[in-house]
Amino acid sequence: MHKIACHECDLVHDIPPMPARSAACCVRCGSVLFRAKKNSIDRTLAWTFAGLVLYIVAVTYPFLGMKSGPINQQTSLLSGVEQLFNQGIYSLATLVLLTCVLLPLIELLILLFVFIPLKFNLRNKLSIPAFRLLGQIEPWSMMEIYMLGILVSIVKLAKMATIVPGLAVIAFGLLIFVLAFALSAVDHHMVWERLERES
Amino acid sequence: MKERYISAKSMGLVSCHECHLLSRWPEISGSKIVYCPRCGSELHQRKPNSLTRTWALLLAAMIFYVPANLLPMTVTAAVGTVQADTIMSGVIYFLHHGSWEIGIVIFIASIFVPFMKFMILIYLLLSVQFKSIKQPKNRIRLYQLTEAVGRWSMLDVYVVTILIALVKLGVLAEITAGPAVIHFALVVVLTMLAAMSFDPRLIWDVVEEENHE
Ligand SMILES: [Zn+2]
Ligand SMILES: [Zn+2]
Repeated sequence: MHKIACHECDLVHDIPPMPARSAACCVRCGSVLFRAKKNSIDRTLAWTFAGLVLYIVAVTYPFLGMKSGPINQQTSLLSGVEQLFNQGIYSLATLVLLTCVLLPLIELLILLFVFIPLKFNLRNKLSIPAFRLLGQIEPWSMMEIYMLGILVSIVKLAKMATIVPGLAVIAFGLLIFVLAFALSAVDHHMVWERLERES
Repeated sequence: MKERYISAKSMGLVSCHECHLLSRWPEISGSKIVYCPRCGSELHQRKPNSLTRTWALLLAAMIFYVPANLLPMTVTAAVGTVQADTIMSGVIYFLHHGSWEIGIVIFIASIFVPFMKFMILIYLLLSVQFKSIKQPKNRIRLYQLTEAVGRWSMLDVYVVTILIALVKLGVLAEITAGPAVIHFALVVVLTMLAAMSFDPRLIWDVVEEENHE
């Protein structure tokens, strides 16, 4: 039994030990208080490793190609950011770089950094600040919106040229799902309890 | 509907917003900062200056919303002609050229969602300031909605980034980012920060106060 307050309405609840794959909801406002997960550590690590492989493919292979008559042009995931830098719009280049390239990578790395020690019962002093950081950057990681942006751009340029999706786009699209699975496999309550005990 | 629900705050407890640990709020904390015993983040029973901060961020976002819509998002230069496109002219282009679905997606993400977010946050702020006790549950749903959809407004910023990356050789055409892009990105970031600084628990504090009288 442990006590938890709803973060949307501050009502205090007593949570009994819960079976895996169940969720507790606030009796006053209905928000989810807490979810119990099954095999959380193994599933998180498996999705995270898959995510890292996809990430490497997404940044190294050709992203989108454009064919128009004799012109055949390749871009990478970073081309847009590069162009913004060249046009002197540094704040925007940084924003796109962070939200679509760096933050997803940091999320994956934090998951490894926190979950590998948990898996092997090792102590990691920096797990607590790292796991806090993960919660703070989650809302700013926006790969799925970038992917929708790609679809819109393809339609927009359809009259002018043929757009050829590269291997990196496919990896990027899969990474969106894999990262979402990795994050949803995280059992926050379990992680905090273990970090508290070990610290 | 006079149910007696008691919040952590009125029990002298505080919930950590990072790790959700419930701990005792020191009776005489004065101006000292209290830290979570588990994760070390600063504890606040309610987000500090929530209403003022939300208003400030929201007003700033609304100011930037004007140039974001009036100034050009992209400037396209193609064989002798130069064309500047705003968000709305981009939407109209799609509506006239057969891909009306895309036009609607951009309209919703870029124009409708930020506007709806302004309206919802203003309504929530006023409802707390005027101590409304009506439909707290629906107001929480509205708040959760603004938190969930706000980020999608970044769509057009990304479209511009991708377009200028693809059309860069300057043989057919050259696309450069217009001044609206940066204003637009600011609108999205500021409305996200505004939603984050609003404390939904304030809605229930009013309801609880009312029930105690
Ligand atoms: Zn609640
Ligand atoms: Zn904490």
